[in-house]
Amino acid sequence: MKYVYQVEKENYEDAGKASTDIKRTLKTIGIDRRVLKAVAIACYEAEINIVIHSNGGTVTFEMDDDGVITLSFDDVGPGIEDLELAQTPGYSTASTKARSLGFGAGMGLSNMKSVASSFQITSSPEGTHIQMTFQ
Amino acid sequence: MLVQDIVALLKAREIYIAQDNIYQKNYDKGFATDLMSDALALLKDETEDVLFLTGLANVQSLRTAEVLDLDTVILVRGKPLDQQMIETAKDLHINLFQTDQTMFEACGLLYGKGMR
Repeated sequence: MKYVYQVEKENYEDAGKASTDIKRTLKTIGIDRRVLKAVAIACYEAEINIVIHSNGGTVTFEMDDDGVITLSFDDVGPGIEDLELAQTPGYSTASTKARSLGFGAGMGLSNMKSVASSFQITSSPEGTHIQMTFQ
Repeated sequence: MLVQDIVALLKAREIYIAQDNIYQKNYDKGFATDLMSDALALLKDETEDVLFLTGLANVQSLRTAEVLDLDTVILVRGKPLDQQMIETAKDLHINLFQTDQTMFEACGLLYGKGMR
């Protein structure tokens, strides 16, 4: 099972639609509630990050035959200057617009790490890649 | 505390009802914030039903509620709502109410009645 969603830069109205769709898909196949919530939280945080911080990108959801779920987030830049700092709870570079809409508390990456079974992030000016697994 | 009592206490208006029996649902816990990441961080391990209060009158408060399995949202401060927010509440099956009370007043009233 694999789905790919496009996410637009600064499209705050549609931000979160991919996460909603993925959660609905998982609900229909009766996945464990704890895993479902973890996937939904991590996906929503990462999707919002693409909207707020990047020039746009994709969300990819995959589930293998053993039920292991992989979420991948790929954007087209401009990248994260200091990855270590970006993962510090409370650190944020979000715009005033993003903050006025309830985001940019600096908890996104740490939230993702805390709910995922595995978490990997790489970043360059060409783009940021995040991959998380859930089981 | 039953939703019917919460609504009466806060003088809240019904914006959208997703569940016919919602007024009989009981909430012992509430969570109030305008910062969605705070909600995601602090409620991620919550297993009980939690009433969600926020002043964030846009669709992201509803999406956050949906991600966290929170099925009732009370918007404080009586801000004008757009049609998209109502449509999103329908799409996500979230019960939506609005009160003119401030966040502080609404939380204080509910806390005074025993919600935590």
